[in-house]
Amino acid sequence: MAEGRMRGSAAPNNLYFPLTLTLSLREREFSRQYHLKRELLKFAIFTILVLLLPLAAKEGYILNVLVFVGIHSILAIALNLLLGYAGQISLGHAGFFGLGAYISGVLTATHGQNPWLAMCYAAGAVGILAFVIGFPILKLKGHYLAMATLGLGIIIYILFNETVDLTGGPSGLSGIPNLTLGTLTFDNDLKNYYLVWTFTLVAILLAVNLANSRIGRALRAIHDSETAARLMGINARFLKVQVFALSALLCSVAGSLYAHVMTFVAPASFGFNFSVELVTMVIIGGLGSIYGSVLGAAILTLLPELLRAFQDYDIIIYGLILILMTMFLPGGLVSMAPVFMSLLRGRRKQPGGAHAEA
Amino acid sequence: MEFAQQLLQYLVSGFSTGAIYALIGLGFAIIYNATGIINFAQGEFVMLGGMLTLFFLNVARFGMIPSIILAILVATLCGVVFNRLAIKPLKKPSPLNLVIITIGGSILMRGLAMLIWDKDTHAVPAFSGSEPLDLAGATILPQHLWIFGITILAIAGNKFFFYYTISGRAMRACSYNSRAASLVGIAVERMVLFSFLLSSALGAVAGIIVAPLTMTSYDVGVMLGLKGFCAAIIGGMSSGIGTVLGGIILGILEALGAGLISSGYKDAIAFIILLLILFVRPQGLFRKAETERV
Repeated sequence: MAEGRMRGSAAPNNLYFPLTLTLSLREREFSRQYHLKRELLKFAIFTILVLLLPLAAKEGYILNVLVFVGIHSILAIALNLLLGYAGQISLGHAGFFGLGAYISGVLTATHGQNPWLAMCYAAGAVGILAFVIGFPILKLKGHYLAMATLGLGIIIYILFNETVDLTGGPSGLSGIPNLTLGTLTFDNDLKNYYLVWTFTLVAILLAVNLANSRIGRALRAIHDSETAARLMGINARFLKVQVFALSALLCSVAGSLYAHVMTFVAPASFGFNFSVELVTMVIIGGLGSIYGSVLGAAILTLLPELLRAFQDYDIIIYGLILILMTMFLPGGLVSMAPVFMSLLRGRRKQPGGAHAEA
Repeated sequence: MEFAQQLLQYLVSGFSTGAIYALIGLGFAIIYNATGIINFAQGEFVMLGGMLTLFFLNVARFGMIPSIILAILVATLCGVVFNRLAIKPLKKPSPLNLVIITIGGSILMRGLAMLIWDKDTHAVPAFSGSEPLDLAGATILPQHLWIFGITILAIAGNKFFFYYTISGRAMRACSYNSRAASLVGIAVERMVLFSFLLSSALGAVAGIIVAPLTMTSYDVGVMLGLKGFCAAIIGGMSSGIGTVLGGIILGILEALGAGLISSGYKDAIAFIILLLILFVRPQGLFRKAETERV
């Protein structure tokens, strides 16, 4: 009943609605192509940046951190598809990440399975699991959904701890092999960097493409008002479940990568705190912004490294970030980009195309 | 006979943890009914209750009773401050924003507790000795009796407040329809504050009475809070008897599960129940289904 009170007006307050009607088909096609071109440009610039970054960061330690920025980016993008586009919260995504890592780990370390195959098995299994669970769980809304996903995450976490024969329990599972490609073994930070970021770039491309597609628009419609979306003929329930499954599948792939990069997994990395950390990444970057998620992942991965002196107290900073961002900057850091850009333009009197990827 | 005694033992511990869950669940339900918010920081008041009592006992060296009273007061103050600083300034919050902001508050409180105190687990002395009593073969600690007594008092007080005082009735009016309540002159804003006050106080009481049994540390709030929420869900988010029954059902199932199946999966039981109830009967076990409102 509270939901109804808070949603309030479901009236179409979209200013562009009448505008799009008056645009001719040709004009619309033109604006679409322009938009796609911009997205492509953004992606190209970002890819070049990613490819060149190791030249600047030769030191092994920084590269190692950047590997984790890549993995966390995949996770944040996956969660953003659900949270930012479809508007459905999940506080259990660390569980899917962990499932991917553990399935890969157990299949390769204990059963000697090919790591790439194991990664596919894990992704398939987690995707199917999320798809099946998605139907009842996404029937819930708002707070209830948050609690249910949280419960799911904790159940998975408890399973990691308790199935000692399979997972090694709290002390973890070791001896997971590195990924190989022909004769190339991904066993150092530089190789892992390119491996992980290849996956991250693919995830970005996939997410951007999805967001700009018919499905992406349908998801945003669900976000604004599920009832209105359903009236427009969108199969909201099925779409939400599909996105949930896709999101979990991406998390699982990130988990497999994590297992093979670390060669060791322990339950502590997949607890409730990490789920919250993922939500924080998405919120910091900006809901519904793919590059924002990368930015959020980068900040939250680099922050603890920079704040070594604080050790465990980074949790206080997360708490503060969550509260302050929600109160004062609900659009995330990305919503600052236009302000920043116009400042830059005003001062230098020139378009700052290179900053578009922010 | 052996088995019957064991069963009785599980029931005793189930009832006492269930009572704690019930108190925490009531806190959830009170805020939910007044504001439509699920306060994810509810568990932290439970933690604050236990930790503050310990602080006043050991560091400030007050007696047991003043320590407890001070702990409840300070925890309640935290609840009020949290409402004023984080919830009230939000103009038109979406449920998503509220989830995130209360999680932020919960993390912040937990972090501050870790900063102010430490990461260790602390024992809190029992209220009146720990000489076990014999009850038909099962042992029962004096603390269990305290838990039963205080929980019953708290629930009765709650009932009295909501049905026989003007503020309590005003709060109930807000929970039915806050706009109508404000039209008849009820200060809705103040009732929301009251609900935070009441539920943080209830949480703190729960934290204090359970601490001697389970020990306390900066992170006990997470699990206790979540299980309190399970209790409230089973009870259909009522701020009355439903949640109390929900807590007791949960406590007993957990105790039986831990005793008869495996103690490792004890925490999982609560969440499996939570998921099942949310999937099958989201309106709670004791309520008739409502049509979906949008």
